[in-house]
Amino acid sequence: MTGSIKKSRKNLKSQLAQFTGFLFLRLAVYSVLFILLYFFYDIGHQGYRAISWEFISQVPKRGMTEGGIFPAIVGTFLVTLITALFAVPLGMAAAIYLNEYARAGRLTRLIRLSIRNLAGVPSIVYGLFGVILFVNMLKFGTSVLSAGLTLGLLTLPWTITASEEALKSVPDSYREGALALGATRWQMIRTNVLPYSIPGMLTGAVLGLARAAGETAPIMFTGAAFYLPFLPRSLKDQFMALPYHLYIMATQHHAIDKARPLAYGTALVLIVFVVLFNLGAILLRARLRKKWRH
Amino acid sequence: MGTVKKKGVLGDLKESLIQKIFQTSGLLAIIVLLGIFALLLYTAIPAFREVSLKEFLTSTRWDPTSPEKPEFGLLSMLASTIMVTIGALLIAFPVGVAVAAYLSDVASPRVREIVKPVVELLAAIPSVVVGFIGITLVGPMIAKIFNLSHGLTALNGSLLLAIMALPTIISISEDSLNAVPISFVEASLALGANRWQTLVRVKVPAALSGIIASLMLGMGRAIGETMTVLMATGNARAFPQGFLQSARTLTANIAIELGEVPYYTTHYYALFAIGLVLFIMTFFVNLTADVILEKQKRKLQ
Repeated sequence: MTGSIKKSRKNLKSQLAQFTGFLFLRLAVYSVLFILLYFFYDIGHQGYRAISWEFISQVPKRGMTEGGIFPAIVGTFLVTLITALFAVPLGMAAAIYLNEYARAGRLTRLIRLSIRNLAGVPSIVYGLFGVILFVNMLKFGTSVLSAGLTLGLLTLPWTITASEEALKSVPDSYREGALALGATRWQMIRTNVLPYSIPGMLTGAVLGLARAAGETAPIMFTGAAFYLPFLPRSLKDQFMALPYHLYIMATQHHAIDKARPLAYGTALVLIVFVVLFNLGAILLRARLRKKWRH
Repeated sequence: MGTVKKKGVLGDLKESLIQKIFQTSGLLAIIVLLGIFALLLYTAIPAFREVSLKEFLTSTRWDPTSPEKPEFGLLSMLASTIMVTIGALLIAFPVGVAVAAYLSDVASPRVREIVKPVVELLAAIPSVVVGFIGITLVGPMIAKIFNLSHGLTALNGSLLLAIMALPTIISISEDSLNAVPISFVEASLALGANRWQTLVRVKVPAALSGIIASLMLGMGRAIGETMTVLMATGNARAFPQGFLQSARTLTANIAIELGEVPYYTTHYYALFAIGLVLFIMTFFVNLTADVILEKQKRKLQ
């Protein structure tokens, strides 16, 4: 008798432990969800009030207490475009090398280790590197070109990793089929590997670009401008960018209170931008998949 | 006939040329990593013509624009960085591991499908937006709770960095929990342990190295984050006294001063020396995480 009571008491205790334990896990998840939703609510709610056609289409006016953020929107687009042109082809090529050409060995391990370490280099350190290499040594000056290339280096590890995942998802039988028919390695890659991996590669690239578009520290000293009422006309011009503009409006402004609604508006536009990029990547993958698979 | 032609000397040349192009791109990662280190070192070294390495690393006074005696000691900022990072991890690590355990052991597939994208969305929020939230939302809340004149404190930075480190900790921890062989779980359940006991006594210990790696990666993220702390912690230069005081981290100091510093002065070089310190710190933190994860991968294979 006593044995079974003891046993059931032990059972009860462990059941109680499971109940409280799972409750703690649930609470952790709910608090994370709550915090995120609250952030979005706050910025969505306050930012929505600042947004109008004028806000999207006009340059900042009256010491940036009125007007819009048009140059910052265009500037972010331009710098992201340069980032894409630089980092996406390079990232894809590096991934093709790693997955299709490289043999397992010390060099390949070293490359992979470098890629993972590059992903952990602080963004401000990329900014410093951009100042030395692009602004000073290559004499691009503080410009949309320098900033775009700096962001390109920052996104490189993400692009390579995403592209490699896409290449890995192509079954080996596709490769063997091409090689068995006498195709060279490049012919095999072109006809039997790339068509099936391009959707995944582009999706990964767009996701990386979304992160680049939101970065501030790497562009602060390589080309982003405090205030420019006009758009950059050449690659050597400075530019306004949404994240840097938000930083300025939130901290460096002479009339912080007056600028606060505009800062909220900028934050909302930036978040919408990033979310659209993410959605775009997902849609792109779905469409390309359909197209390439036929 | 066409295929025969393509396999001639010209074809071979083209083929090897293409391979060379890909190979060069592959090597780029090594070149960039070494390049960052080399150029930072090269630009940091001139600072030590006027400042001794010992003073740089052990002095708490950073006053580079003083007309009488400029001071270049990074210890206060290093202490701020470490303090804000530890604060962030104290919050993010338990919460992150809990969320990871929930996703891998408790959540139904449907709930997982909602929570996972939300966590990914968290990672997608630009750091400048998180900093902005620190100014408008979290900071004022801290000021109210602790009765301070403003909330731009180390605590504010820690809370926000915790949010930024969460996605890393959650995803790496979840991966390593999921990598625990199902036979371990089955054996534990068959011996009469319930799901909670199995999680705490079997799965977490088996996945421990991966969970620790997630902590390291989260740490690397927090050490290197710039905009959030720059906007949220008030940036006072003094040695940090507590979480309710303002603090200036290494990253924030670079961001504040690089815009105004005249090129090629000791101050300019010293800022790159701080960048080098950051690079080395994050490099070793990430390398440690990497070694742990590789070991775990080999063990589970």
